[in-house]
Amino acid sequence: MAIRSFFAPFLFFALCSYSSLTPVLSLYEDQVGLMDWHQQYIGKVKQAVFSTQKTGRRRVIVSTEENVIASLDLRHGEIFWRHLLGSNDVIDGIDIGLGKYVITLSSGGSVLRSWNLPDGQMMWESSLQGPKHSKSLLLVPTNLKIEKDNVIVVFSNGRLHAVSCIDGEVLWNKDFEAESFEALQVIQPPGSDLIYVVGFAASSQFEMYQINARNGELLKHERATFSSGFLREVSLVSSETVVALDSTGSILLTISFQNGEISFQQTPISSLVEDPSGPAVIIPSSVPGIFAIKTNAFTIFIRVIGEGKLEVVEKTNHETTVSNVLPISEGQQAFALVQHAGSEIHLAVKIAHDWDGNLLKESIKMDQQRGLVHKVFINNYIRTDRSHGFRVLIVMEDHSLLLLQQGAIVWSREDGLASVIDVTASELPVERDGVSVAKVEHNLFEWLKGHMLKLKGTLMLASPEDVAAIQSMRLKSSEKSKMTRDHNGFRKLLVVLTRAGKLFALHTGDGRIVWSHFLQSLHKSGTCQSPIGLNLYQWQVPHHHAMDENPSVLVISRCGPSSDAPVVLSFVDTYTGKELNSLSLVHGVVQVIPLPYTDSTEQRLHLLIDSDKHAHLYPTTSEALRIFKREFSNIYWYSVEDHNGIIKGHALKCKCTDEAADEFCFDTRDLWSVVFPSESGKIIATVTRKLNEVVHTQAKVIADQDVMYKYISRNLLFVATVAPKGSGEIGSVTPEESWLVAYLIDTVTGRILHRVTHHGARGPVHAVFSENWIVYHYFNLRAHRYEMSVIEIYDQSRADNKDVWKLVLGKHNLSSPISLFSRPEVITKSQSYFFTHSVKAIAVTSTAKGITSKQLLVGTIGDQVLALDKRFLDPRRSVNPTQAEKEEGIIPLTDSLPIIPQSYVTHALRVEGLRGIITVPAKLESTTLVFAHGVDLFFTQLAPSRTYDSLTEDFSYALLLLTIVALVAAIFVTWRLSERKELQDKWR
Amino acid sequence: MDTIKVVAAIILTIYLFPFLSFGFQSDELLVDDEEFGLEGAPQPRFPEPTSTRSAPVTTATRKRHSDLDSDSKIEFSLDHAFGDSDFSPAGTFSARIKTWSHGGQTLTKLRFSRNNFTSEEQKKFKNLLESDDFYRIRLPSNVLSPPGRDFIISSVKARCLPREGLDEHFVIHLEGVNVLAVNYGSPGSCSYPRNLKLPVKWSFSSYTVLKNSEQAPRAPIFTEEILGGENGGGEVVQPPERSFWAKYWMYLIPLGLIITNAITQAMNMPEEQATGQVPASAGMVQRGPSSAARRR
Repeated sequence: MAIRSFFAPFLFFALCSYSSLTPVLSLYEDQVGLMDWHQQYIGKVKQAVFSTQKTGRRRVIVSTEENVIASLDLRHGEIFWRHLLGSNDVIDGIDIGLGKYVITLSSGGSVLRSWNLPDGQMMWESSLQGPKHSKSLLLVPTNLKIEKDNVIVVFSNGRLHAVSCIDGEVLWNKDFEAESFEALQVIQPPGSDLIYVVGFAASSQFEMYQINARNGELLKHERATFSSGFLREVSLVSSETVVALDSTGSILLTISFQNGEISFQQTPISSLVEDPSGPAVIIPSSVPGIFAIKTNAFTIFIRVIGEGKLEVVEKTNHETTVSNVLPISEGQQAFALVQHAGSEIHLAVKIAHDWDGNLLKESIKMDQQRGLVHKVFINNYIRTDRSHGFRVLIVMEDHSLLLLQQGAIVWSREDGLASVIDVTASELPVERDGVSVAKVEHNLFEWLKGHMLKLKGTLMLASPEDVAAIQSMRLKSSEKSKMTRDHNGFRKLLVVLTRAGKLFALHTGDGRIVWSHFLQSLHKSGTCQSPIGLNLYQWQVPHHHAMDENPSVLVISRCGPSSDAPVVLSFVDTYTGKELNSLSLVHGVVQVIPLPYTDSTEQRLHLLIDSDKHAHLYPTTSEALRIFKREFSNIYWYSVEDHNGIIKGHALKCKCTDEAADEFCFDTRDLWSVVFPSESGKIIATVTRKLNEVVHTQAKVIADQDVMYKYISRNLLFVATVAPKGSGEIGSVTPEESWLVAYLIDTVTGRILHRVTHHGARGPVHAVFSENWIVYHYFNLRAHRYEMSVIEIYDQSRADNKDVWKLVLGKHNLSSPISLFSRPEVITKSQSYFFTHSVKAIAVTSTAKGITSKQLLVGTIGDQVLALDKRFLDPRRSVNPTQAEKEEGIIPLTDSLPIIPQSYVTHALRVEGLRGIITVPAKLESTTLVFAHGVDLFFTQLAPSRTYDSLTEDFSYALLLLTIVALVAAIFVTWRLSERKELQDKWR
Repeated sequence: MDTIKVVAAIILTIYLFPFLSFGFQSDELLVDDEEFGLEGAPQPRFPEPTSTRSAPVTTATRKRHSDLDSDSKIEFSLDHAFGDSDFSPAGTFSARIKTWSHGGQTLTKLRFSRNNFTSEEQKKFKNLLESDDFYRIRLPSNVLSPPGRDFIISSVKARCLPREGLDEHFVIHLEGVNVLAVNYGSPGSCSYPRNLKLPVKWSFSSYTVLKNSEQAPRAPIFTEEILGGENGGGEVVQPPERSFWAKYWMYLIPLGLIITNAITQAMNMPEEQATGQVPASAGMVQRGPSSAARRR
């Protein structure tokens, strides 16, 4: 007995020392990549140029709609370097100058930059100003003799600039003062010193300027009028001929300006094609001698045979895309043509003056999920047999980028993921026999060896090779990328909707694409030219039937931006990515309200509000209707009209009185309205609590054993308004004229529960609302710093429930239902702190039960995610907290929030172009999953209060086992010894 | 006990108010950001024009303010609707507008006179009570040029209002002369589920509160602390000295156990020796119990 009591403490200590090995908040270097992944994208490619120089042959330079310029490896599609220009610095054109500089024109033609091709360093930047806003055109003359020509010609802001390629110095410029002149093409015929600027003035005048390329001297200015006007698009067919269409789209005009003389040649389309079927448009291209027009049904290729004579070479009703022109040798130019035919695409490379002969003809099987080919860029290479080979870079409708060579897809990039609109998380299938991918540990020896290695690592006995072995073992642990649900809920699917209208399911373990689906409703079609995906909602999340029913998501897509455009609902299975069903609605959709009710198949009820203020219930089943009727009078919602500063509250009234309406349509009525005076308030931010947030306890015990009750209402709305003047650019307003008002509005009754004015503050406001607190970020003009404020709201009507006896005897009102029509008795506490960074997004961690303390996730301007403990944003912080307050965990008051370098969730990585942060609770209470998206994607797991409820991955079970074995052995040995001793004593 | 007293006092004041109001009625309101105007308590049978009631009262205060700033009197009406019916006039707010020297205008001394329900309105209201529907009110969003940009609407379930009479509570959020929002409801709680209860008296007791925006607390600035912090930042902060016990308890406990163990061993030894010597003279009889004691 004495012996046992002697060892027990040791056993206890052994365990203690293990549990104290919990990980610190930041990562160790060797933990990078264990739980997090990072993916880099560039967005939909707008323009691609290939380097022709020897060293740059393996590279392609692209500019994208996400304002990225990047250099990609042509062999594998990897990024060599990339730069993200700001959203107000849109790229207009890129080109390569002198074979080693990438030239970009951006910001509406006012910024010209040069980047070093090998490493992406910026060489120079010059700012080009002009008298008026205009289309911007970039022309880098591609002379084969490089050393002679080093001038970049830029037409922007109504002025023609010639810029030196070496240092960005503006050599000369020439204004085009004429009010209505609109330049369409800047042409420099190869080998000449003349520059032609052609364009339209007014609506019916064609103008041509001939300029000396050496000094910008205007040599000739010709104009000609064509009475019926032009469509604003031209196709360049030779260096001195353009083709345009008249304003009706039925007559082709061949305009030649040879030797400065303008001559028109009219050809009605009907004379070329028998059945033109409607007006045509020109497909902009610059293939010498050939141009393409498109009518409703056909794409027609027309050849120009001298003196303005036209000849149709091909008429096709397939979707066709033409590439840029590639000079392959002196006087020979090639271009590529891509046509769709069923599930294949046909690629043809032709020489400009020889339509019928093909340099290359290939067909490639193409995934239907990628949609149409949007853009084609052609590049050549020298084959092993010294002949010309061609490869093309194609941009698909789903924004993916593919390289085709020798009839195969060499590589593809899913760049649609650079523009994520909405994200939702879905569970993985439950592990079942047969489905299971689980591998039983290979064998006991391997397992033991692994743990011995870990043990060595823990005891710091490991050699560098061992460390490497441990690292690789951790990384490839197949556990985290299995396709089944795990016990801790770390493995999930992230269902992502991109701007292109494609749905992706990403595995949280390693970020791979599990499935992708291009929604039929989001394909461009005859009925809808510009469909847009709006939102993603969880439609069905089976818990009771998790074994035999798959969860599904609801995708809402609309044809065009107007709110009464036709809407399509699509339901997609999240396990397989199959579209289960799709509904074309007869009404528009302004607002979608997921209701907190589900039917027996666990489909969530959704209320769709159309522009006529009718509410429509989905799913349209009688069961859903029955559930809905039961809760009819308890459904309230609000709408924000931020253009005129009105917030309105609504409730349901009755069935639609409309004759045509079905039984799932309901009339609504306005219950309340808040009107912000237009001269003093402009709504810039509205934030509510997350629907699925869980709050663990309503009571908060504060220092002196007192209890405060959090005011927890799902119907609270945070609104921030600023002075109308203060919503302009920074610097446009003085602190006296600028203020920011924060409101807390109850969305059922329209009560303003709290209203506070920050004088001298301005937007942009980023806010996050959780439990009973709101944190918002804004700029303080007086202090010249960013600030973060916190408002906490507490319920006073429950404040009397402090007496234990009352609770014991049940004389409390804690379990009585709350009606928001009662007069609220709330108090608020608030405090402001300075914060160093400007912010792109704010989110808060969310855990399964809401017990774990919260962290704010701040997306900083440097595209990183910073985890900031909520305790720093406690309004009860004071300069000298009492002992009791210190025990409670209140941090002494400081004027600014600390930024601890270790608390960057993204550690050394950057999520370029960060737009949103999403948190998803894992099943394990201590852990939350964080997904940050922008141009890049980043995912990690966070444990705001450390993983207090589980052993960490690197926990050495072998050491524990060894200790136990040793202890048991010791117990036996000493027991034997004591037995013997006792026996000896007895025999004495 | 105290609460009962307070409640009694409140009830008393509510009842006595109309009678008091004929004698002396001070509606002196604090020109602070939160103003509390208690007005429009149950009215006499015939609706009395507000002007007569408020006329004699404000003279004293008015003089004081008019020296500094000009103020003028305005009226704006409260409309109500039963369920989804159209709005009809229900009462009048009267207030003074103070024009400050810096150009701002504020509303002060808000008073409210409620029209009594007509019999038809009573019937409508009863219907509302029966169907648990909304009673809606509206105010202009600008009191100088009603209705301003839009009307401010607020609603409450009709069943929340009846108590003894009909109790209502207005919180009007103002921004200069603009009404931002009005919070309308019962002055106390409205329990759920709402039970049908008809008022004993068909007259309103109204409470009105004007609210302007609060100032946010400034972010604290500690310049001195920061300097101090910088000076002290170079040194490594020493962790507070812990007591000997706090530091070494994990070693002390096993040590203690070992010692106690050793002591008990040592205690047993002499005991054994002592008992061992006795039987040498006294014989076998003693041995049994002593060994039993040891085995325990």
